[in-house]
Amino acid sequence: MYKIDAATKLADRVYEYWIRAPQVAQHARAGQFIILRLHEAGERIPLTISAIRGDTVRVIFMTVGKTTEELATLGAGDSISDVVGPLGKPSEIGNYGTCCVIGGGVGIASTPLIAKELKSAGNHVIGIIGARSADLLILEDEMREICDELHITTDDGSKGVHGFAADVLKKLLAERKIDRVWIIGPAIMMKVTAGATVPYGVKTYVSLNPIMVDGTGMCGSCRVTVGGETKFACVDGPEFDAHQVDFAELMQRQRIYTGQEKASLERFAEHRCRCGEGGHHHE
Amino acid sequence: MSDRPADVRIKDFKEVDGGLSADEAIAEAERCLQCKKPLCVKGCPVCIDIPAFIGHVAEGNFPAAARALKEQNMLPAICGRVCPQETQCEGVCILGNKDTPIRIGALERFVADRERESGAELPETAKPTGKRVAVVGSGPAGLTAAAELARAGHAVTIYESLHEAGGVLTYGIPAFRLPKDVVRAEIDQVLALGARLKKNHLVGRSVSTDELLGYDAVFLGTGAGLPAFMCIPGENLNGVYSANEFLTRVNLMHADAFPESDTPVLHAARVAVIGGGNVAMDAARVARRLGAKVSLIYRRGEEEMPARRAEVVHAKEEEIEFYTCANPTRILGEQSVTGVECVKMSLCGIDASGRRSPEPIEGSEFTLDVDMVIQAIGTSPNPLLVSLIPGLERGRRGNVVVDKNGRTSIPHVYAGGDIATGAATVIEAMGSAKKAAAAIDAMLKGE
Repeated sequence: MYKIDAATKLADRVYEYWIRAPQVAQHARAGQFIILRLHEAGERIPLTISAIRGDTVRVIFMTVGKTTEELATLGAGDSISDVVGPLGKPSEIGNYGTCCVIGGGVGIASTPLIAKELKSAGNHVIGIIGARSADLLILEDEMREICDELHITTDDGSKGVHGFAADVLKKLLAERKIDRVWIIGPAIMMKVTAGATVPYGVKTYVSLNPIMVDGTGMCGSCRVTVGGETKFACVDGPEFDAHQVDFAELMQRQRIYTGQEKASLERFAEHRCRCGEGGHHHE
Repeated sequence: MSDRPADVRIKDFKEVDGGLSADEAIAEAERCLQCKKPLCVKGCPVCIDIPAFIGHVAEGNFPAAARALKEQNMLPAICGRVCPQETQCEGVCILGNKDTPIRIGALERFVADRERESGAELPETAKPTGKRVAVVGSGPAGLTAAAELARAGHAVTIYESLHEAGGVLTYGIPAFRLPKDVVRAEIDQVLALGARLKKNHLVGRSVSTDELLGYDAVFLGTGAGLPAFMCIPGENLNGVYSANEFLTRVNLMHADAFPESDTPVLHAARVAVIGGGNVAMDAARVARRLGAKVSLIYRRGEEEMPARRAEVVHAKEEEIEFYTCANPTRILGEQSVTGVECVKMSLCGIDASGRRSPEPIEGSEFTLDVDMVIQAIGTSPNPLLVSLIPGLERGRRGNVVVDKNGRTSIPHVYAGGDIATGAATVIEAMGSAKKAAAAIDAMLKGE
């Protein structure tokens, strides 16, 4: 069992958990992820490692399906049946010069570790974090502390630049030399944002989030097409060259179980109503 | 045979073969000639003293039979069910020349089941040696190595990346062929010998290679976990599975019980399974139990199928439709699978594997309307860990190179099972693991 040390609600439907998992925390690097399973009947879901502190790792998730909804009912002191990691290849950190680390929505969760390691490697690090609106923007203070510069965007203009991360990136690319770019967010956001670096030929990484089961290269559920070749996101990724990724296929494969996921979520919601469970209060 | 009727068994995942009763077992055991030079023992990859255990069964002394079995094999209830006895012990049984061979597998299973139901007796273990051994992977090879080394008195730690032990016994072979309580009970016996199990530990990631190589000896039993794909158009459409994924979703994650169980699997009306091995039969029969009409596509003829004959028969009884001498050329569909296009194959000359080699017949394309395709065309060694260990020599197919004792290019690191041999059977994995364990024991005792 893996104990939740702290649980905080960061924004509407967005939660931050610190999970005690020494074997993960001791070896985790930027860009890697864990797979967790809540209980005997639980499914295995991947979550990016967002921070490391002692024997604990931080994950940040949005409630989008049954498992994340159920996870959100847990609180500090509760336990998760299984946690395995760190999985996947770490980010390709090096001293490149000027690097831009971009997070969209809950994808911002992945940015602090990457930015931190890039900074330690000697890079000038520019952060761009974007959300639909100001109240959904997470980790702003943390990113401001790590990055040399931080840009904020909101779709509705309630904070920072009114627009998308891609707009800020385009402006930066036109003004100065950027050597490497990382983009983490929803598939469509990564696709659109990565388009900005194509004309400049800047090496751009995206962190892919296909459906996984084992996360160790055994099942092939997470296969993605990169540069015309089939790759397994769990062991060959999760970060890939953005300009080589077949995003349409990724998005198509993310929808395989949409019907079942909806049914499972509705069933869970109904069950919670009947049992009158309010869930934990996250402070 | 005591198989449940096909029309009943396709409605559930309960075991197909009901096993022998005590009277049947004794009667079968009494047929044994108790050969002075038993060929069956030579036919067994783990060298079970078969005449001895069968002799005890004939006398009705089942606990003694169990002791004799476990002298050489800690997983008898598993082996009794999944070993290809027809090409091993039973294949060389002298009675087979004129009559039917002794049903050694059925007897092994009977003895093991009997012992499990009445409370298992643990074999003795040697005094602690103070030596630490890491076993990577808890499949058939890892469990066998762990059992042998724990019995020899070494402190064994088994690392397993999944949330449950057993490897292919747990995620691969379906419950109707190998019930999961049987697997768990035999794993528990290995652990009762003193081996420690660390689940959720992916060696190379959760355990560093330095930490691993710090053990007095290491046994790698990481298996052939990497699924092969055919590399034909349409392979990444929704509804195309590797057999590994499809079977893992059902066997390990219990997707058949969705939504009680949280893991989903697609339900299709018509399924095509590609391949002719045991895994293909397993996938086809699981799909059948999920309610599909199933077609099996194999590029050679039925007699060339690598699957056990019994599994082919079981599949046919369960109304799996066979398309032999046919090969898929592309999978059709926009986002989800709507069909599979195949070409007929003619079998000409003999290829390197000694089987007739299939060649496509031009213009013979035909289409099957299906909404799911499961590829069961083989697996290769999982490269993840072995690529992270510096100095570990690998063969062309990604397997770890070992000598006849299972020793790798690193003196205190041994390997066995599919990671060393390439995809093979449970019992072959156990045989190679046993050999490696004996060599590790000798090395640790300074012999």
